Amino acid sequence: MNEIMKKVILAPNVILMDIYSPIVSKKCNPGQFILLRIDQYGERIPLTIADFDRSKETVTIIFQVVGKTTLALSSLNVGDSILDFIGPLGMPYEYNPNNKNYMFIAGGLGIPAIYSKIKLLHEKGKYIDIIIGGRAKENIFFEEELRNLSNNLYITTNDGSYGQKGFVTDALKPILENGQRYDEIFAVGPIPMMKAVVDLTREYNIKTLVSLNPIMVDGTGMCGGCRVKIGNEIKFACVDGPIFDGFLVDFDLLMKRNSYYIDQEKKVLEEHKCKIGLGE
Amino acid sequence: MDRRKRTPIKEQEPKERINNFSEVCLGYDENEALNEAHRCLQCKTKPCVSGCPVEVKIPEFIKLIKENKYSDAYYKILETNLLPAICGRVCPQESQCEKNCVLGIKGEPIAIGKLERFAADWFRNNSKLELNPKTKKDIKIAVIGSGPAGLSCASELALMGYKVTIFEAFHELGGVLFYGIPEFRLPKEIVKWEIENLKKLGVEFKTNMIFGKSFDWEDLKKDAYKALFISSGAGLPNFLNIEGELLNGIYSANEFLTRINLMKANSFPQYDTPIKLGKKVGVIGGGNVAMDAARVARRLGCDVFILYRRTIDDMPARKEEIHHALEEGIEIIELCSPKRFIGDQNGNVVSLELTRMQLLDSDENGRRKVKEIENSEFVFEADNFIVAIGTSPNPLIKSALPNLEISRNGIVKVDENLMTNIDGIFAGGDIVTGAATVILAMGMGKKAAQSIDRYISEL
Repeated sequence: MNEIMKKVILAPNVILMDIYSPIVSKKCNPGQFILLRIDQYGERIPLTIADFDRSKETVTIIFQVVGKTTLALSSLNVGDSILDFIGPLGMPYEYNPNNKNYMFIAGGLGIPAIYSKIKLLHEKGKYIDIIIGGRAKENIFFEEELRNLSNNLYITTNDGSYGQKGFVTDALKPILENGQRYDEIFAVGPIPMMKAVVDLTREYNIKTLVSLNPIMVDGTGMCGGCRVKIGNEIKFACVDGPIFDGFLVDFDLLMKRNSYYIDQEKKVLEEHKCKIGLGE
Repeated sequence: MDRRKRTPIKEQEPKERINNFSEVCLGYDENEALNEAHRCLQCKTKPCVSGCPVEVKIPEFIKLIKENKYSDAYYKILETNLLPAICGRVCPQESQCEKNCVLGIKGEPIAIGKLERFAADWFRNNSKLELNPKTKKDIKIAVIGSGPAGLSCASELALMGYKVTIFEAFHELGGVLFYGIPEFRLPKEIVKWEIENLKKLGVEFKTNMIFGKSFDWEDLKKDAYKALFISSGAGLPNFLNIEGELLNGIYSANEFLTRINLMKANSFPQYDTPIKLGKKVGVIGGGNVAMDAARVARRLGCDVFILYRRTIDDMPARKEEIHHALEEGIEIIELCSPKRFIGDQNGNVVSLELTRMQLLDSDENGRRKVKEIENSEFVFEADNFIVAIGTSPNPLIKSALPNLEISRNGIVKVDENLMTNIDGIFAGGDIVTGAATVILAMGMGKKAAQSIDRYISEL
């Protein structure tokens, strides 16, 4: 169970894996996530379900090496197994059949979180524009896959090494200024990026959804660690989300909450690097 | 021997035990157990049994201890309760069996819980379980959740010969016994041993399976399951709904205890899951969970204060646990009610504003009411707060079974047989009662098993 069937390096420190999981692949839908625990010492970390193949009984995860768990995961190879692979969790993405045209925006590791939703809407014959952004050319992945599913694909890089120089909002702004309207905009990426998108789309009053990734332990509504402020309400991202109305999300609070364990994360990563001989 | 006095029980010294997670109560040795058993009057009326939700055959098992038949004593308990090592440790005996003990009228009641624990521990160290379930029936029953209600329902059904599968959302079995109750009150190895015994009865366990997400009732029916018992507990933490509750450093007791008990954050960085605590911690609440959280924080080196709306006497926690907490240097601040959390510019909590409360006369239920004292606000500074004010039923069940009748607070509605409004689906434990005790959940699990047996026979 939970065997790694495929491993591809998509970009520096960005890895795709297909995991054999009959249960999750049978039940999952776009928008949901899994929790994994790599071994008996491991933390439970949430990862978005980038794609799934019910016939092969696999689930695709894409992750960036940022901490100990993702570093350890990156060192596993095809044929290795992950101890726990739990899900699918969270509420699936609900598409509104009346909506005709969509804009999807992904910054960096947001790409996997928009991919399965776009696939779903493409099958329904919807009009789809996409903006993807990264730090530099090497951080852009899934370009061809997304181009094939979209009417227009815009690319931005912070350093200008590929596509338009700047942030995803620098690409979005002129599109909206030129009068292009969407029934729904979906933005996933770093918190400041989602916040910037929402600040812009609010001016045009275009419904904007975001997918949040707060600190989480159990993923079943039990610990309350993933609580986020949505409008005047407290929601648990694991059971109420992870998709929320971007206009209602308190992004500043989310950013502070997500930074609570940064010191500990660094410590455990350094210890792990020393143990596997990567220490400086 | 003074029949009115209870045989004292050995405990780890408070000074020592705040440095470890080992069990606080060390249990009776053979001589002590014999001494205590000899105090039992063997009343014909058995008032103790009527105080027990699963009606453990108390005078009978104590008599067997008296006769040095410890193994027989253990099997006698098993006739009605398959988890004696757990119940002997965490049941609130003082408000159940021991409350009714005749010896308690003029002296101290028999230490029934400690004797139950003795029988179970003796058996664990000296013998191997042999149980003979009835002839196997080829009928599959599913149980959601491996906590006390689920374990007790599964064991009853397995003894009747059913093929039982318990589905557990976590990677460890035991539900609240594992993630909730800390090692020093209920060692994990005890929970594991009791569960191994259930495996010997043929109960099958599947971990990392979330009902309504990984599988559902339709899947179970297709897989030939004939009935379902939902015992997914009351896992959703309640919050105070006051200003500042999303500040960093404020944990629900569930999150705090899960990080430690399930994810072993106390052994960070050997284990990857962190916990972040400063020097001073405030725990809000007065139940067993509040005591557990406070005593865990104490063991992690913190100065711990319990903040409670009423007085120590009104606390719902077991007296023994309150006593243990005080012994361990935890301070209880009575008669104060939280108003708002205050944070710094980085979003970390630094203090809590509270108001003083005053006691009023008892209400019709005999519970003393409290009222805020005007202009009595004060600020309690701490690095962390743990909110332990109760839990609500698991929220996933609602979405898993849209047609299931549920009351407004998330409680699953059941009839007198513990059947829900959906044919073949039963429910029990905290998801039906709201947060309650281990033994109450076990009693419901057992009752549900009997109902399920009747239901199957009428199919």
